[in-house]
Amino acid sequence: MDILLQEVGYSYAKDTPFEKRALTDVSLHIPSGSYTAIIGHTGSGKSTVLQHLNALLKPTEGSVMIGERKIEAGVKAKNLRDVRRQVGIVFQFPEQQLFDETVLKDIMFGPMNYGVPEEEASRRAHELVEQLGLPPEVLTKSPFDLSGGQMRRVAIAGVLAMEPDVLVLDEPTAGLDPRGRREIMDLFHRLHIQKGLTTVLVTHSMEDAARYADRVAIMHNGHCVVTGEPEEIFSNEEQLGDYRLEPPRTIRLQRKFEAKAGIKLGAISLTEEALAKNIALALLEGRDSE
Amino acid sequence: MMEKMIFGRFIPGNSIIHQMDPRAKISFVFVFIAIVFIANSAVTYGILLGFTLLVVFLSKIRLYFLINGLKPVFILLIFTFFLHIFFTREGDLLLDIGFIEIYEEGLRQGIFISVRFLVLVFITSILTLTTSPISITDGIEVLLGPFKRVKLPVHELALMMSISLRFIPTLMDETGKILKAQMARGSDIGSGPMKERIKAVVPLLIPLFVSAFKRAEDLATAMEVRGYRGGEGRTRYRQLDWRFVDSLSLLVLAGLAGMLWYFRV
Repeated sequence: MDILLQEVGYSYAKDTPFEKRALTDVSLHIPSGSYTAIIGHTGSGKSTVLQHLNALLKPTEGSVMIGERKIEAGVKAKNLRDVRRQVGIVFQFPEQQLFDETVLKDIMFGPMNYGVPEEEASRRAHELVEQLGLPPEVLTKSPFDLSGGQMRRVAIAGVLAMEPDVLVLDEPTAGLDPRGRREIMDLFHRLHIQKGLTTVLVTHSMEDAARYADRVAIMHNGHCVVTGEPEEIFSNEEQLGDYRLEPPRTIRLQRKFEAKAGIKLGAISLTEEALAKNIALALLEGRDSE
Repeated sequence: MMEKMIFGRFIPGNSIIHQMDPRAKISFVFVFIAIVFIANSAVTYGILLGFTLLVVFLSKIRLYFLINGLKPVFILLIFTFFLHIFFTREGDLLLDIGFIEIYEEGLRQGIFISVRFLVLVFITSILTLTTSPISITDGIEVLLGPFKRVKLPVHELALMMSISLRFIPTLMDETGKILKAQMARGSDIGSGPMKERIKAVVPLLIPLFVSAFKRAEDLATAMEVRGYRGGEGRTRYRQLDWRFVDSLSLLVLAGLAGMLWYFRV
């Protein structure tokens, strides 16, 4: 499902002394099936953009097209349930939304709100708990008895259980240990490919953006300043610096290596694996030419 | 919706009202609440309303914003207004449509009570809007000082107050966040039939309580760690400063009381 933001502007608490402009003239196209990373410095408007993707916030200027549905500034939008079912959001610290007596009921809450029959919802819950690497016993426990990492996974399962077409992730791994981060990010990537989801990842982590995304958008001071492929965005260090961002670790290491060894690697390394391969290739080439 | 609520909010500014000493403002509000009950006629209520609007004007807070922020209060206001209209049976009969009979006295009472309510809500809102929670607490602590003699835990009361005031906006923001998260999961408190809306309260309240308790615990720990031991022997960093405007404001209030007394029927 395509999402298209056209000249979107948004002010919080409009018409009060607390009015605060968050977005100005943001145009962004999220093509169906893409994995888009939205990166930017703190306070750049990333999270505000994200909430427009399923009409939790309505633009105060411009319009947002979500699939066939158009949400326009100044026009009352009714019956947004369909939109919200199709676009699932995993918020920052999603464990805060847990409330039900048992994990099972909590995961079933979303799908049942959207009219999925009980057996089907329960089936999805069982399946997701397994996919997320949780032991099946947790289903009968209270979500408040789980550890922080487990709560996070349950909350994510609660969103995935709605089987959205578009999955929007707001720093889904903030505060998790490195291994948990990797597992969850890999899971999202697997789902993205298996189910042909459209994924939007809002993140501070350039490494995650470089590793998983096929498109990157940079937000700066409420504007969407650049969009493009990760290779071109992350190889342009100067531009990243302008927006107070750093290239991912792998590229920083690649640059250091290039400077020290005096060789230029063939391609930009977005992941550790790619970096290792690029270095190996360069070294092989160097040996062959000797 | 949440961001328009103004209970317990503080809007920084530098109007005369903002600059007043919190002790003066708090005493002013309490005396004013008492004075309001002197009024009993159209003229006196008119004076009260005029005076209140003057205070709003001096505080440089936009009337529109104030009215918008107090919308929930108006529902209560309208409710009491109609209660008076329908249930007071004195004076001349003004209107009679079958089961509804409206009497002159009912209408009068309805209007008076509404004005009284409005004036009280405005003045108390102006107090919290123009005074930071910290100054309010400082003021209350000093004003209640004499009661320490009878073992009233004044400092603790003031602290409790400032903590609750401090956390109103935080809890509001949190409510908004959880509301959105649940909306994204298809539970919408803002639309749909009444039954659905009531059902949607549980997924909102439980997470809110959980996080409020967690916050309280964190706060207690943070205070403990910094060696908080209550008010005994505690010195103040912020000193209160009573100036001419403060005395003047109380004089004006006395004048207002006199005027109301004079015009009272």
